[in-house]
Amino acid sequence: MGSISLSSVRKSFGTTDVIPGIDLDIEDGEFVVFVGPSGCGKSTLLRLIAGLEDTTGGQILIDGKDVTAAAPAKRGLAMVFQSYALYPHMTVYNNIAFPLKMDSQPKDVIDRKVRDAARVLNLTNYLDRRPGQLSGGQRQRVAIGRAIVRQPSAFLFDEPLSNLDAALRGTMRIEISELHQQLKTTMVYVTHDQIEAMTMADKIVVLNAGRIEQVGSPLDLYRTPANLFVAGFIGSPRMNMIEGAEAGKMQAKTIGVRPEHIRLSPTEGAWSGTVGVTEHLGSDTLLHIDADELGPITARADGEFAVRSGQRIFMTPDRARMHRFDEKGLAIR
Amino acid sequence: MATLHTRASARLMMSPAVILLFVWMIVPLAMTLYFSFLSYNLLTPGAHNFIGFTNYYYFLTDPAFLTAIGNTLLIVIGVLLITVIGGILLALVLDQPFWGQGIVRLLVIAPFFVMPTVSALVWKNMFMNPVYGLFAWIARGLGLTPVDWLADVPLFSIILIVAWQWLPFATLILLTALQSLDGEQKEAAEMDGAGAISRFFYIVLPHLSRAITVVILIQTIFLLSVFAEILVTTNGGPGIQSTNLTYLVYAQALLQFDVGGASAGGIVAVILANIVAIFLIRLIGKNLDR
Repeated sequence: MGSISLSSVRKSFGTTDVIPGIDLDIEDGEFVVFVGPSGCGKSTLLRLIAGLEDTTGGQILIDGKDVTAAAPAKRGLAMVFQSYALYPHMTVYNNIAFPLKMDSQPKDVIDRKVRDAARVLNLTNYLDRRPGQLSGGQRQRVAIGRAIVRQPSAFLFDEPLSNLDAALRGTMRIEISELHQQLKTTMVYVTHDQIEAMTMADKIVVLNAGRIEQVGSPLDLYRTPANLFVAGFIGSPRMNMIEGAEAGKMQAKTIGVRPEHIRLSPTEGAWSGTVGVTEHLGSDTLLHIDADELGPITARADGEFAVRSGQRIFMTPDRARMHRFDEKGLAIR
Repeated sequence: MATLHTRASARLMMSPAVILLFVWMIVPLAMTLYFSFLSYNLLTPGAHNFIGFTNYYYFLTDPAFLTAIGNTLLIVIGVLLITVIGGILLALVLDQPFWGQGIVRLLVIAPFFVMPTVSALVWKNMFMNPVYGLFAWIARGLGLTPVDWLADVPLFSIILIVAWQWLPFATLILLTALQSLDGEQKEAAEMDGAGAISRFFYIVLPHLSRAITVVILIQTIFLLSVFAEILVTTNGGPGIQSTNLTYLVYAQALLQFDVGGASAGGIVAVILANIVAIFLIRLIGKNLDR
């Protein structure tokens, strides 16, 4: 069991409101990702749920129980920190055993649970090492191991992959997703990386300046962003935003079209422009096009698409997949 | 690029400093060694004859010698215990956010800036004097008989004075170590269900071990040669109750005018200090290369 529900949770540091008021329901077994730019309050929100920060107002319920004033250890949650926060003077075994020892469980139970966790996380051969002797990915797994032995009702991850290199990050993403499928425990995951959000989440919560901009499944957010912020934040490379006359033609203040929804042609199309920088990624080619009065536009083409810098090119946006926004930046449906 | 040429010139550049330090150290040591084999008393002028190990024989068989070694060790151990434990507690307190933290921290460091003679005099006259000292006043206020600190418990009094001087040093080092503890580790321990006391013993204390090692090593070097505090307060007495090795050497040289015997005592002290140093580094120096 691990449903978490926040009702009008507020947090201010001194006179600055970091989180002006958030309502959110997290279902049991869900993988929820908080995503947003740095300073948007996503880590603070996680720490409020963990109990490491006190709420200024509002209520936090875990499994229907009010835990707003409860100590972190009493909430039945486990957290994986950005720096892993392993205890450097303890072996991997003792690191993983620490929460059980604090819970004064019998020695044989601790031993069994630690070895089980180590097996799941491929750490069996490293149990006698100290964190300093492990690689980044292994440390990450120890941190996760320390979290899972407690059998918490929910896991909290605070940007756990941001200290890893790109290749390892990809692997760990899959490992965490697999872990979620195995354990079927609620996971709340904070990241600023929208790729992590898109690939792992059941539900993404997009935060900006302490407010929830939109909540939905990854594809919901991709297909129907509620406003300009979400439209710009989700999707890589980011959506092209066009204002002015072209937007006026579609009765909108701003129109948006994703780079992958633009058809390119050397001969004909709705818009035209000059190719600037091209980025060949192998599978795709990203073109940065100077589209005269429309401004700069990024388009994604086939990897084999023959193009050179300075060439004139024509673009046709996929009208069905374009997004329209009004003066306030809200999507027009 | 460290070519032969640059290495040679680097040595040349360093040599004045190295030579100066070396001479500074080796000349007094060599002279002390030389004097220790002579019959050299300031009260008997004339030829200083070579008398072999006689000075050493007399110094080592002096009944005061063993007492002095015992007192030296008691001072070192006593002061270390007080400063390390007290330093940890003070550092823990000073690490908490409270109003006026900056000023309090500054004041805590203050005793370290007071000269040993001055602080010893302050303790002797203002605190420990059995007639007008503060402790005596408190004792009388409680209806107790005042303790004549420097006469009844001379060694303990000296340990108190020296510990008061070194407590700021220990506190300062331990406080900086405490502040370098990763906050997420404490939070992780908190999430893991560790209470304040478990957090201290499982997380904070191991983190401090290296700083504690540094405090013990540095303080031991200085505490082996405590002198000013003894000279100003008890003069090694009553009898030899508060005489340590340094003070014994001093008494030999400047109270009995026996330069040869004092030199022998000095060499013995150097050897003993080295034994303690080797012992210490073996025992706790391991902590440093983690």
